[in-house]
Amino acid sequence: MAKKEYAFYPGCSSQLKASASNYLVSTNAMCKALDVKLTEIPDWNCCGASVGYCEGGELPRIAINARNFAQAETHLPGQDIVATCAACWLGARESKERLDASSQLMKETNEALAAAGLHYKGEVNIRHMVEVLIEDFGYDELKKPMKKSLEGIKFAGYVGCQTNRPFGIDGESFENPLYLDKMVETFGGEALTSYDQKVACCGGALAFSEPEKSQKQIRDIVESAYDHGAEMIVTPCPLCQANVEVYQSEINKKQGTKLNMPVLYYSQLMTIAYGGSAKEAGLNGQLIRAEKLERIAGK
Amino acid sequence: MSNANVQANLSNLARYQNNFLREVEERVEEGHMVKMCMQCGVCAGSCPFGPDWEHSPQKIFMMIRAGKREEVLGSDSMFMCTSCYNCIVRCPRELPITHIMHGLANYAHRLGLAPKGQPTRVFATMFWNNLTKKGRVNELTLTLGLYFKDGLVSGIKTALGMQSIGLAMLLAKRLNPMEIFGGHGVKDLKGFHAIVAKAKEIEDRKKGFTA
Repeated sequence: MAKKEYAFYPGCSSQLKASASNYLVSTNAMCKALDVKLTEIPDWNCCGASVGYCEGGELPRIAINARNFAQAETHLPGQDIVATCAACWLGARESKERLDASSQLMKETNEALAAAGLHYKGEVNIRHMVEVLIEDFGYDELKKPMKKSLEGIKFAGYVGCQTNRPFGIDGESFENPLYLDKMVETFGGEALTSYDQKVACCGGALAFSEPEKSQKQIRDIVESAYDHGAEMIVTPCPLCQANVEVYQSEINKKQGTKLNMPVLYYSQLMTIAYGGSAKEAGLNGQLIRAEKLERIAGK
Repeated sequence: MSNANVQANLSNLARYQNNFLREVEERVEEGHMVKMCMQCGVCAGSCPFGPDWEHSPQKIFMMIRAGKREEVLGSDSMFMCTSCYNCIVRCPRELPITHIMHGLANYAHRLGLAPKGQPTRVFATMFWNNLTKKGRVNELTLTLGLYFKDGLVSGIKTALGMQSIGLAMLLAKRLNPMEIFGGHGVKDLKGFHAIVAKAKEIEDRKKGFTA
């Protein structure tokens, strides 16, 4: 397999000791098994995320994304920018599309970048890690390094919002994308394809500011997984992962439920399937332990 | 924002002479698409927080056309957007509804007309200030800042209520108490700040905001 190289945009939540640090740990292990070289965009900054609009407005938000583009273009020429975080991907891709569509916006953005001696030529390509896996590898290629099967585990594939809308993965539908289920099946797991909360919203950033409303969403997402017989939820989004896992105990406390459903990243499943240890898969980062996966890792 | 600045912002708007649709088209992000709405209501039925807000996007768009400036800019609806993008992908007229709602929220916020103390308005402002301080989000100070937004007593109460989650995150190495002393950030902070300041200056000039 030829070595593939990408300009990596890990995002704030994936940093050491941040809320999605186990996403980064498992992504690194997964990429090692696939012979993918990720080089961090030098001195990358935050994308503005989904609530940056209120105070940040349009141009400041686009300008900070363009700062990352300029860094990637200069230091990692020709490499696609790859994000693991749904919001990073969305924020960056949205910014790129606005810049591609408007020479006025491009001019103003470069005027802002010039304040730091930077310039964006407009040449970057923004992708999500899932796109890399599916488009640059494909399910058959992804299966080749597999050492262990995830047989016997039932997964609810929770795609969520921002990896799915408005851009999504090419060839997939917005209402019922199938890639996560296909990935689960590729590695021998059982995908619960009728899981009806697959593309529901977890509340996103409003889990902080509107906890009751968001926790209603989260309860539905987890309960539906139970109803379909799931043992674990798997997701491609760090905010989905955090919201859906972290608030289960809070919902139990307030509403007397007994939710205790592990929520994993696809990269953690793949690391275990590729023969990685529980630690390499970041399973020690789960608040709700994924014991069945730990057992497979220990075999 | 001071009252003098609010007045200055409002006087900038005199040229629209009660034509609120034109004001939105010229000054709100993606506002030029509002007139494309055909009032089908798919957005209203697609919103996860639909039952919780006063006006659906469909209503907001009609209110803009009807010139209901105070009601639109004072609505809490835009701040209920979770950025799930359901409305965008389902809109048969392909309005970028999520972006228009974000744009309206920003416009109402910057003019000082958005509802005071609206939780997402408060959190979103804290979020931007947090990320622009060091170029990357500091999750610890952001969370603590939110808990303590209504003062010390309610902050301690919220923090205590959430301490089991905080401790679990700490043990899972997904929360770093040392972030209180700074945490992650970009190296070229001076350059980053210069970009944000310049971009804001251009945008304020274009949209007629007085900071």
